[in-house]
Amino acid sequence: MRHYSSDPATGAGQTQNGAAATDPESANPPGLLEVRNLSMSFGHGQSSLLAIDKVSFAVKPGEILGLVGESGSGKSITLRSILGLTKRYGQVEGEILWKKQDLNTLTNRALQKIRGREIAMIFQEPMSSLNPLLTVGLQITENLKAHTKLDRTERKKKAIELLDLVGIPSAAARLGDYPHQFSGGMRQRVMIAIALASEPELLLADEPTTALDVTIQQQILDLILALSREMGMSVIMVTHDLGVAAQTCDRIAVMYGGRLVEVGPVRNILRNPRHPYSIGLLRSVPENVPPRSELYSLPGIPPGLGNRPSGCCFAPRCLAATPRCSEEKPDLLQTSEKVALACFNPQNFLSGNSQ
Amino acid sequence: MTDASLARKKRFSFFKRLQGLQPGFIAGLTILGFSLILATFPAFFAPYDPNVFDFTALQSPPTALHLFGTDNLGRDTLSRVIWAYSVNMQMAFLATIFSLITGVLVGAVVGYYRGVADIIFGRCVDAIITFPFLVLVIAVVAVLGPGLINMYIAITLVGWVYYARLMRAEIMAQMANDYASAGKVMGYSDSRIIFRHLLPNAITPVIVYWMTDMALAILLGSSLGYLGLGAQPPEAEWGVLIAEGRNFITTAWWLSLMPGIAIVITGFGFSLVGDGIADLLRPRG
Amino acid sequence: MTDTQPLLQVKNLTHHFKTNPPLVDLLLRRAPRFIKVLNGIDLHLERGETLGVVGESGCGKSTLARCLVGLYPPQGGEILFDNQNVSHKTRAEQRDYNRRVQMMFQDPYSSLNPRMTVGQVLHEALSVHKMRPEAEIPDRIDELLDLVSLPRDAAGKLPHEFSGGQRQRVAIARALSVEPEILIADELVSALDVSVQAQVVNLLLDLQDRLGLTILFVAHDLRLVRHVSHRVAVIYLGSIVEIGASDSVFSSPVHPYSRALLNAAPSIDPDHKTSIPPLSGELPSPMNIPPGCAFHGRCPHATEICRQEKPLLKKFEGHGEIACHHAATLA
Repeated sequence: MRHYSSDPATGAGQTQNGAAATDPESANPPGLLEVRNLSMSFGHGQSSLLAIDKVSFAVKPGEILGLVGESGSGKSITLRSILGLTKRYGQVEGEILWKKQDLNTLTNRALQKIRGREIAMIFQEPMSSLNPLLTVGLQITENLKAHTKLDRTERKKKAIELLDLVGIPSAAARLGDYPHQFSGGMRQRVMIAIALASEPELLLADEPTTALDVTIQQQILDLILALSREMGMSVIMVTHDLGVAAQTCDRIAVMYGGRLVEVGPVRNILRNPRHPYSIGLLRSVPENVPPRSELYSLPGIPPGLGNRPSGCCFAPRCLAATPRCSEEKPDLLQTSEKVALACFNPQNFLSGNSQ
Repeated sequence: MTDASLARKKRFSFFKRLQGLQPGFIAGLTILGFSLILATFPAFFAPYDPNVFDFTALQSPPTALHLFGTDNLGRDTLSRVIWAYSVNMQMAFLATIFSLITGVLVGAVVGYYRGVADIIFGRCVDAIITFPFLVLVIAVVAVLGPGLINMYIAITLVGWVYYARLMRAEIMAQMANDYASAGKVMGYSDSRIIFRHLLPNAITPVIVYWMTDMALAILLGSSLGYLGLGAQPPEAEWGVLIAEGRNFITTAWWLSLMPGIAIVITGFGFSLVGDGIADLLRPRG
Repeated sequence: MTDTQPLLQVKNLTHHFKTNPPLVDLLLRRAPRFIKVLNGIDLHLERGETLGVVGESGCGKSTLARCLVGLYPPQGGEILFDNQNVSHKTRAEQRDYNRRVQMMFQDPYSSLNPRMTVGQVLHEALSVHKMRPEAEIPDRIDELLDLVSLPRDAAGKLPHEFSGGQRQRVAIARALSVEPEILIADELVSALDVSVQAQVVNLLLDLQDRLGLTILFVAHDLRLVRHVSHRVAVIYLGSIVEIGASDSVFSSPVHPYSRALLNAAPSIDPDHKTSIPPLSGELPSPMNIPPGCAFHGRCPHATEICRQEKPLLKKFEGHGEIACHHAATLA
């Protein structure tokens, strides 16, 4: 067993080739983004509330990583902390290595150059993140102006291309439309088009389909997936829906109570989860169970920010908890080449139907 | 759990809330508390009879004998300001309470039922709001004749509209919540839904507005007193006092200044309490 | 089931909201425009069953739920409860109907009055409907809290002291306090976390079995609907396109829209890729619903007849009822 959070190279070796992990300069591409021991707490001093606690993970070029968890697990805060969006609410500690540069130490001005250009972000509510008073065309060209050297006509051409790329019919005609003239799914496409304007290497997607209907969700997920494959763009996707994660992500990181509890390739996590929380989450999804049978349900509710237990956050709801669990926080340790786990008593999930 | 223990628990949580009060709220409560005491027992605190002439001290500046000085007839300004508390505090309450009651009732009913009543109400509001408040009140007083009672009537005739408008908006906002729909599905009567469910949740901004409105009523009453349309001399009322001091502003500044300070402090007290109440009544969660 | 009559019958229910006309329309005296939310819904509820209602947002499923409990005054069509036409003519009739047909809402944070304790909420429901003599009400409140697995001291607490899942339990207790026969659950668990969803769904299923409740389960989460429902209705633009036994609708949907919708739910199995391509286009505006079959603009099988004639629900052997001109070939 290796200590996951203190090994700088684990991220690079996570998914594909564990043997090469110790040599970061080998043929194995290094992690594009490496987050090490990232903590974020709201407020300062005595009354501060720890929202995320020593989160470490890495994203490789072209990879789609899913951050999965329930409300209050800290998944959105983790995502927002990467771009320094949470700094004004409290303290952010740890390293966020982006191309050998620690984003956490950068000034806001320096971060501005990376935001939107190298790392772009899309949100759950496209309406609240688009400016309602500006036309969609203007908002895209604005972004192109800030991040590329294209001239006016080229920018317009590029804007049409982008709208076309994200599947907005008669793109040229819609440049002059305002956000409210688009439907929810179309707005999300516009947001993605704006995010793509600078050809980012990493896209941070915060519940991009939660506000959408399933048929539209499917379209948007397919779009993100295709764009990632075509442009070699990495994606970190925050979602609470295991189905969404299963259908889009290469790797999944499960969060609970502000900590990562299990990280690994999507098939490992969804077929053979070891952490009791991952198991419980998976089993409470009513798929492949007899209709109207009693669903597996985790007892209790997720802890709030202010009342997280001192030991493992999941211990009070965990059926496999031992006294040690309520005293000590388990570290995220590498259990196999690809999977890391934070649990003293890993369980086995009987694959498929567990009834 | 019995009803008694329920009630005890509620009272307990109310006190718990009181403990964490804002300093501003406490200051406001103190000011209003003192004002109320002065208004209730002016004779106890005033050193002199407010209407007795002291010809040995005409237009005396503030001295140890007359802390706030005296006027041209030798009346003690401090005593007159203290006696004015009872008139002005009464004015704050009486000029607003009927507006509050009418406005809340009309606003709640109109906001709940909408329809034709709402359209008629909307036109009334438009008509009244286009005129400046003071001008309208003066017009009504001019018709009814000067005096305190007529002033209360005038202010109520115009003032209820502002309460009703606020109440209507709040009720409509609350009706968007599912608990209002749930009430209907439970088969509750309209009056139960309006008064038991919607009103307690909608009233907070109205109460806060009431506090500031009481401060405004003091100002308004003083203005009307100053103009000779409200309280009539020789009654001690801050506006009347300021008006009386007007002629001597260059030689006896204290005559207008002292009642002016009383107006400012009391108004400030109402505003602070208004803010504090807004904090206190906000439902948790 | 000895009772052959369905408990609730809905016949050709329509509901159109009038839009607030813009000033230009008023000046030009244009006809007012309507949002056609429900366009002829026919369905029935058998005693003791769960009917799931699925569809995309804006399809009218929530409006249907609200029409059924009388929150929206009836416009076209009929609702028959126990073979009686529900006209909601007087308050007393409405109240009596609502005692027997209750509803639970989606948002656990707005469906409870923030200033009333759980005890007060239940007490009010019990005393207004005179469900128990005044003296027995406290005991009944304890019973109701037990029923929804809330601790008894919950009675003294205000809604903000509870989690979302617990608030939904309170809402269930409130609905059950009047001992209704039908529960309308409008997105009851949609706002809850997955692990908490399972608790509430288990509770609902358990209560249904114990109390013999009939449930209309409106939700957009297809997996949940499949799990709880005996029968399922798929709604598109205010019309039912397919209705039938949950098993058959989910495992072999016939209507092209049901196929696309039911296949769009992402499976938790990473290797389970859907064979049906995603639907193109988006829901047309309910202000101008396409003539003929409302789905023809997005349907891969649409032909001339679909553009002209609105298909009616027809029974197909081995399937439920389907409103599609090409159902025979697709089935």
